[in-house]
Amino acid sequence: MTKITRRQLLYTGLAVGAAAATTRCAAPEGTPNNPAPGPEVNTNQSKDVTLRLIGTGVSQINEIRDKAQEDLGFKLEMRALSTEENNQIAITQPDQYDIFDGEYFSLPLVVPSGNLQPLDVSRITDWDKIVPFFTTGKYEGLPVETSQGTAPYRVMYLKGADSTEFSETPTDFATLIPFQYNADTLGYRPDLVGRTIESWGELFNEEFRGKTSILDIPQIGIMDAAMVAEALGLMTFGDKGNMTKAEIDQITDILKEQKANGQFRAFWKTFDESVNLMTSGEVVVQSMWSPAVTAVQSQGIECVYAPLKEGYRGWGGGVGLSKNLSGIELDAAYEYLNWMLEGWVGAFLGRQGYYSAAPENAKKYMSTEEWDFWYEGKPAATDMVDPFGKTLAKSGIVRDGGSFKDRFGNIVCWNSTMDENTYLVQKWNEFIAS
Amino acid sequence: MANSLFVMAKAWTNLKPYFLAMPQAIALGVFLIFPIVLIGVVSFWEFNGYSMTPAFTLDNYIGVFTSDVTLKTYLNTFKFVGLTWLFTLLIGYPVAYFLSFHVPKLRWQVLLFLLCTIPFWTSNIIRMISWLPLLGREGLVNQLLLGAGLVQQPLEFLLYSDFAVVLGMVHLYVIFMIAPIFNSLMRIDRTLITAAEDMGASGLGVFREVIFPLSAPGIAIGSIFIVTLVMGEFVTVRLMGGGQAASVGKLIQTQIGSLQYPLAAANAIVLLTVTLVVVISILRLVDIRKEL
Repeated sequence: MTKITRRQLLYTGLAVGAAAATTRCAAPEGTPNNPAPGPEVNTNQSKDVTLRLIGTGVSQINEIRDKAQEDLGFKLEMRALSTEENNQIAITQPDQYDIFDGEYFSLPLVVPSGNLQPLDVSRITDWDKIVPFFTTGKYEGLPVETSQGTAPYRVMYLKGADSTEFSETPTDFATLIPFQYNADTLGYRPDLVGRTIESWGELFNEEFRGKTSILDIPQIGIMDAAMVAEALGLMTFGDKGNMTKAEIDQITDILKEQKANGQFRAFWKTFDESVNLMTSGEVVVQSMWSPAVTAVQSQGIECVYAPLKEGYRGWGGGVGLSKNLSGIELDAAYEYLNWMLEGWVGAFLGRQGYYSAAPENAKKYMSTEEWDFWYEGKPAATDMVDPFGKTLAKSGIVRDGGSFKDRFGNIVCWNSTMDENTYLVQKWNEFIAS
Repeated sequence: MANSLFVMAKAWTNLKPYFLAMPQAIALGVFLIFPIVLIGVVSFWEFNGYSMTPAFTLDNYIGVFTSDVTLKTYLNTFKFVGLTWLFTLLIGYPVAYFLSFHVPKLRWQVLLFLLCTIPFWTSNIIRMISWLPLLGREGLVNQLLLGAGLVQQPLEFLLYSDFAVVLGMVHLYVIFMIAPIFNSLMRIDRTLITAAEDMGASGLGVFREVIFPLSAPGIAIGSIFIVTLVMGEFVTVRLMGGGQAASVGKLIQTQIGSLQYPLAAANAIVLLTVTLVVVISILRLVDIRKEL
């Protein structure tokens, strides 16, 4: 019997390892037309790439990651953060991510940090298929064209490859490719309200005293408040999306008065809070995000996402690239962006009620019934089931607010970062403390 | 030779405590002092609404001290501190007293004490969700009151109010009052009580003259815990107050959320100073060294 000492075993192991390593490192033999056999040599380099994504909970979806890894061959790591953490990391810790998924209204804060690299529009295959409002600010002459606030097209382009300044006219350097967007409005419990809600003004209606809620995120909450104040004729704005100090003073005074009268039950900051408030019946009408309405409905509780006569408050999130990306990693990131626009993702998001950046691509992956329900505003021909297996709408039901054109076209303001952002936050704190 | 060895040994004896204290000192320096110094530095930086730049400006502090929000928020925070302190003391002292004087066996004392820590095991998410079915408009308490005919309308103040904030904090922090008081009560020499009784002191007299003074250091330590915890509190304030109640911690959180770091840093430094002043006042009042 041969004696094998531990030391010998180690030596042998090392030798074998070294031999294997040198073989792998050796230059591939063969010509370009006749490549050498062996898996190492033929491996697509991008297989070793791992792209790190950061974004909010609604955008970091494991099913999308898995499908992307399967189709593209490289790895994706997703990190779900709150809106605030997402911006903080984007601005202060650029080394922690390769792809940033954030809202357009956060760009006036993120872009000056220089941590995003402009997207080369010519490398985006389906750029011209993106809903024109994002790329040009035009959409069939509907009210959305004159919408106020940080509308995506206002922060879509940069002046140059190294610029951190927004360009008012289209250039070849884009900030984010739209990922998810939607038209937000008030949600209400028809069983507890007992009638139809048709105006933003209802949020301050005495009838619902102590049973309403708004968002405790200054840049979004202030827009809801402005919609309400305008609807009730309490005040007018030069530009809701970029208020003056005097306007901010006036709107916070209105808010303080409502708070003192006990109009609000609570303010919410996260998605789950708004769902809890609604399902528990603490609140009967409040400003909501569309997936939150879906979450309430999926618990068997009636909840209407009200189309209001004043129009919608829009929000949009998109995907951009970190300045640290280069070489094959940058190529992989562009591959991901193009894959994202190709349609599979659009259809996946569409089944959840979000809109896709390039709807005509998404259509290819949706059934006629799905497309008709989500985009055309037609009654559901069959039960609408989301990608996670939940039934979102029974057969025969029509989507709240109707078609894409009716909903998206009637966005009148967007979540906003204003010039007076600092002052707004100060006044918002004052409102909370009042 | 022997002399120099002696000198070295003496030097070693002198230096030994410093070496022993070094790891702790380094850890505190790196993870506590250094970050606080950084916050202090950032609080003097310039801030233009979108980004901050290193500079030396007093604007952030001027902003803090000239805004009437600051005063209002501090008053509100002090209100929470005061109420939480009062109720944790009123609940904590009898509990600690009961544990140390009326539970005979050590094993039972430990077991019951652990029971008191249960509220602390639950996460914020659990608390957020679990208060709703209890205190909400359609919650258990309101159903009980309505069912018993005690009220006609559901009580709204039970949740999303200052009442709820104080309730939440008392529930969460009462253990910090119980623990040090329990500790100081356990250290009281039982013969002192026997002696007082032998001298003819009444039950109340024993408590007033012996037990209470000897447990004062425990109360002081508990109070320091409560003050420091509640002064910086923002999670409970937001969840139980439904976002409608203000506290300094929440103010700072909103500023950080809007990326206004220099303003938030200035507020944090002011908060730290105010908290330290309160803690020092408590230490002035009671000599907690007696405890150690």
